[in-house]
Amino acid sequence: MLAVDMTDIARRFGSVRALDGVDLAVEEGEFFGLLGPNGAGKTTLISVLAGLIRADRGTARILGHDVTDDFRFARRNLGVVPQELVFDPFFTVRETLEMQSGYFGLRGNGAWIDEILHHLDLTAKANANMRSLSGGMKRRVLVGQALVHKPPVIVLDEPTAGVDVELRQSLWGFIRKLNRDGHTIILTTHYLEEAEALCGRIAMLKAGRVVALDTTHNLLAQFAGLTVRLAAPKVPAAWQPRILRQDAGLFHIRLDSYAEMETLLRALREEDIAIAELSLAETDLEQVFLRIMKNPESASSGAPT
Amino acid sequence: MTRIVGHGWLTLLYKEVLRFWKVSLQTVAAPILSALLYLLIFSHVLEGRVSVFDGRVTYTAFLVPGLVMMAVLQNAFANSSSSLIQSKISGNLIFVLLTPLSAINLFAAYVLGAMVRGLVVGLGVFAVTLWFNPSLLAMPHPLWALAFAFVGSAILGTLGLIAGIWSDKFDQLSAFQNFLIMPLTFLSGVFYSIHSLPPFWQALSHWNPFFYMIDGFRYGFFGVSDVSPWTSFATVMVFCVVVSAVALTMLQRGWKLRL
Repeated sequence: MLAVDMTDIARRFGSVRALDGVDLAVEEGEFFGLLGPNGAGKTTLISVLAGLIRADRGTARILGHDVTDDFRFARRNLGVVPQELVFDPFFTVRETLEMQSGYFGLRGNGAWIDEILHHLDLTAKANANMRSLSGGMKRRVLVGQALVHKPPVIVLDEPTAGVDVELRQSLWGFIRKLNRDGHTIILTTHYLEEAEALCGRIAMLKAGRVVALDTTHNLLAQFAGLTVRLAAPKVPAAWQPRILRQDAGLFHIRLDSYAEMETLLRALREEDIAIAELSLAETDLEQVFLRIMKNPESASSGAPT
Repeated sequence: MTRIVGHGWLTLLYKEVLRFWKVSLQTVAAPILSALLYLLIFSHVLEGRVSVFDGRVTYTAFLVPGLVMMAVLQNAFANSSSSLIQSKISGNLIFVLLTPLSAINLFAAYVLGAMVRGLVVGLGVFAVTLWFNPSLLAMPHPLWALAFAFVGSAILGTLGLIAGIWSDKFDQLSAFQNFLIMPLTFLSGVFYSIHSLPPFWQALSHWNPFFYMIDGFRYGFFGVSDVSPWTSFATVMVFCVVVSAVALTMLQRGWKLRL
């Protein structure tokens, strides 16, 4: 059965098409990434799944349960870590988790709550008021709240935004463990490095549409190649179309293979262009992302399933 | 860990009660003090000058049930409305919206939470005012008084729910409170018997549902009222059904809650 199955989801806010016919299928046990620039529709899509926003058309199911018609079962199967750092200032960390567990009708959940507190390194703060916690700790409580009812599908909306490196690493570790334990993970993130390291499959959203959907491996392979970072006064005319980016006198030039390096160097020599600095890097997700966002058609081979 | 039917909304009810109890100085003690000040000032100025129910009841005794009911109504409204608006503005309402709780579950939890606060404060006001008027304890129809306190707090809890859902900002909520709830409460006969009003205002008072809540409540204390307790109870029940239907429809449609 599919963990998440969305068909033709569309939603408008006034004249803005936040989602414009999104199809998405996530298998059970997957670690799935949802990428896109600000305003691409990532949070709206997640909110439709969570029942926080209603779609104008289309259907969304979690483990076969429709998110509106069968919302009780759909929501029991879903844990959501929201993007905003929200909390209830009246309660302590433990009260917050116990309350959230109770909303799902669960009683006697203390052992699992203790385990969550331990894994998120919050045991020492269990009886502290939410107000007194640092931003990073509040973020961890949000993760904990999403897990109290042991949902098989977990959605994390930019869980590491504004989080320091150490906490980001420990959150990654914890989320990986959840995935290994069988939870389906859907992650939205701005950190492409994070998606590349964690996600098995990635969907890229732009202006409310899925513009690329493939395994992380295939997405990288599709744009396989090398990038030369060249600091020079100019680039030979024949190489101009290969420029990916230019910033502060540094040209990012795409090569298809190492062999092309020789051709580039020769062209530079022939035009007597002095090289101030030169470095070589393999394609990473950031470059794939930038190229897809510039030109959606380039990702057509990774068409939605 | 076991899943228990009904535990979800009971947890939300518990949270609603815990929320006001944790700040009880502000939510319970303060309104009791306000009611006591009203009693001291109004009874000092008006005792012996105002005749109520043809002189059968002293003004101070007459005032007590009015103040108790006013405390019940205002605090029931304050609980659900402030809880919702705070959760909406701070964004933590999402924790409730992500759960399997249905519209009826949310309705029951918020309204019952509001009723608990209204009744606790009302009981507190009554206990304090008994010191001035111990004879009030010998009320002829305590069940009538209880019935009106229950339905009145349910109505105001529901109105608080509606106001909390409708308001996007604190000033909208306070407009609802200051321009609707307060005038309806003050003009309902908390401080006077409507028989002392000119005919026009008397007739107008009969269109105020709050009048029936307070008049019926007072019947429980004195066995005397401006209108029959049965008429009052029927009117109050109809009003309760109407506001509950409005609130439930709003929750069912997710109006202003689920975009």
